[in-house]
Amino acid sequence: MSNDVWVVAEHARGQLSESTLETVGKGRELAHATGGKLVALLLTDDERNQINSLAAADLILLARRPEFREFTPEAYGGAIEAALKEAPPRLVLMGSTSVGLDLLSVLSARTGFACLDSCTRLDLRASQLLATCQIYGGKLFVEVALSSATTLVAVVPGSFAKPADQPSGRPEVRELTLPADLPVSRITFHRLIEPPSGDVDITKVPILVAVGRGIQNADNLPLAGELAEALGGAVCASRPVIDQGWLPLTRQVGKSGMTVKPKLYLALGISGAPEHLEGMKQSELIVAVNTDPKAPIFGAAHYGAVTDVVELIPMLTEEARKQGLKKAS
Amino acid sequence: MNIAVLTKQVADLVEGIEIDASGRAVDRDSIRYILSESDDHALEEALLLKERSQAHVEVFSLETGEVRDGLCTALAKGADRVVMILAGQETPPSNHAAARMFASVLKGLPFDLILTGVRAIDDLDGSVGGLLAGYLGLPYVGLVRKVELVDGAATVEKEYPGGFAAELGVKLPAVLGIQAAEQPPRYVPVTRLRQVMKTAQVEEQEAEPASEEPVSVERMYKPEEGAGAAMLSGSAEEIARQIVNLLSERRVTR
Ligand SMILES: Cc1cc2nc3c(=O)[nH]c(=O)nc-3n(C[C@H](O)[C@H](O)[C@H](O)COP(=O)(O)OP(=O)(O)OC[C@H]3O[C@@H](n4cnc5c(N)ncnc54)[C@H](O)[C@@H]3O)c2cc1C
Repeated sequence: MSNDVWVVAEHARGQLSESTLETVGKGRELAHATGGKLVALLLTDDERNQINSLAAADLILLARRPEFREFTPEAYGGAIEAALKEAPPRLVLMGSTSVGLDLLSVLSARTGFACLDSCTRLDLRASQLLATCQIYGGKLFVEVALSSATTLVAVVPGSFAKPADQPSGRPEVRELTLPADLPVSRITFHRLIEPPSGDVDITKVPILVAVGRGIQNADNLPLAGELAEALGGAVCASRPVIDQGWLPLTRQVGKSGMTVKPKLYLALGISGAPEHLEGMKQSELIVAVNTDPKAPIFGAAHYGAVTDVVELIPMLTEEARKQGLKKAS
Repeated sequence: MNIAVLTKQVADLVEGIEIDASGRAVDRDSIRYILSESDDHALEEALLLKERSQAHVEVFSLETGEVRDGLCTALAKGADRVVMILAGQETPPSNHAAARMFASVLKGLPFDLILTGVRAIDDLDGSVGGLLAGYLGLPYVGLVRKVELVDGAATVEKEYPGGFAAELGVKLPAVLGIQAAEQPPRYVPVTRLRQVMKTAQVEEQEAEPASEEPVSVERMYKPEEGAGAAMLSGSAEEIARQIVNLLSERRVTR
């Protein structure tokens, strides 16, 4: 068995995803510390725009096929499974993303390799690899020793810094020979559905008033709207608020929503689950209000307060109006 | 069209969760159980499919947490049959073991679709849906928000970041990890639930034992409280003033 670390490269609309670049950086560090190589597994229809971003890899295993243009779980999974069984590495990293989550568990069952989801830290301690995973919406951390020969790990995007500069060397690129008898995929890609248009683009709004389930009910949403108006910003939300149909999908922040970096992110009644933090933790100023002093959002916020948002929001609006906060337009 | 829905109970995060004396597991006495949120969405999507195409919906849960109430609720919402799978063990199984047990019960049964929540808050070793698909050799798609049945196949919408989604065609039988149903999960009035509970038939079925323990937990811990944010205190009015002062000083809105 080798001490190699593999990273399953993800791409969307031709571009390698940010989370892949972060994972490659961390994976390289771990591989090199244990005398292994960082191997990027790239399944694509056209690698030309993608290979340059993978300069930090020691080796790129490339499978180029027209059907790898768009992700489909079985075609990708079958190819990765074959490659893994051929030469199992020590560690296989993928994103805890829409792509990685479709691969992780199926691959684990198919190969018998252990798997872990929601990893936010990887450490090497006395030659033991340790993964830290967040469960219960970020309320508990679990430290797991990766003691199996091969472990598959899905990493929460944003957990590792993207390496500042790319190494100057060029990784070796090797074509992955896929077995001729790969089963035909029972899943086919039909089309990409674009985000709905016509609403405000929350990724471009500098002031966001974000509401979570703590807003209690739809009747309280106009209060958030008035506050956003008083601050000259817009309202966005966590997933449950969107799933309830209280706000359109365009306003969702997080893993399956938008990633925002506003000047101000006012998180009102949001617990701060990893899937939410993923979309907003790079905001310049985060102020969180929650009735639960243990809410994980306070770990990501710059300022926090423990109080009822339904009571607080109108007071904020009034105070903002009084101080004439809104930018004169 | 036969649909199986797999559900489980998880800790209600509104209550606190405690770590047990071993430091490696959750103290189960500290937990109040509720249906896992995305499983609730999986059930809702199955019931929508039932309404649209006369599907037969069966719900399966392993015997952990307070399963019986959850299964009765599923019946009250419109499931045709509910089954509690006897796991024959005290501690909650890992997802690998759970998926093996589900596989032993579902294997050979004529289900066209198996729906489950894409992820539960206590998932550590992957998701039950993906593992089950792997064991049964079925296709799996997760983060699904819409399912349509067309000529023995499913057309599904799978979510991607930034508001994008992909429409995929999936041959049946298949396993789907539901992220969100097409409408919020329906609500059952307590009176109706009580009525159903009086006559509810929760069938029991034994699973083949599975004792896979694929991850070795070194320790569990809570994030350090108070790490991170500088906390503002006072009455709600005082807090409101402090927040607005802060924005004003930092010229956030200019
Ligand atoms: C694959 C996947 C993708 C996901 N994608 C996303 C995503 O894109 N975006 C996203 O947000 N989530 C996403 N989630 C869901 C995520 O895991 C959480 O469930 C969600 O973020 C929780 O939203 P919330 O904080 O509003 O609700 P909760 O976790 O229920 O928190 C509500 C909070 O409000 C507080 N509260 C209650 N009442 C009050 C009050 N009166 N005043 C003040 N505070 C109060 C509570 O203490 C609690 O902390 C995803 C999950 C999965 C599995």
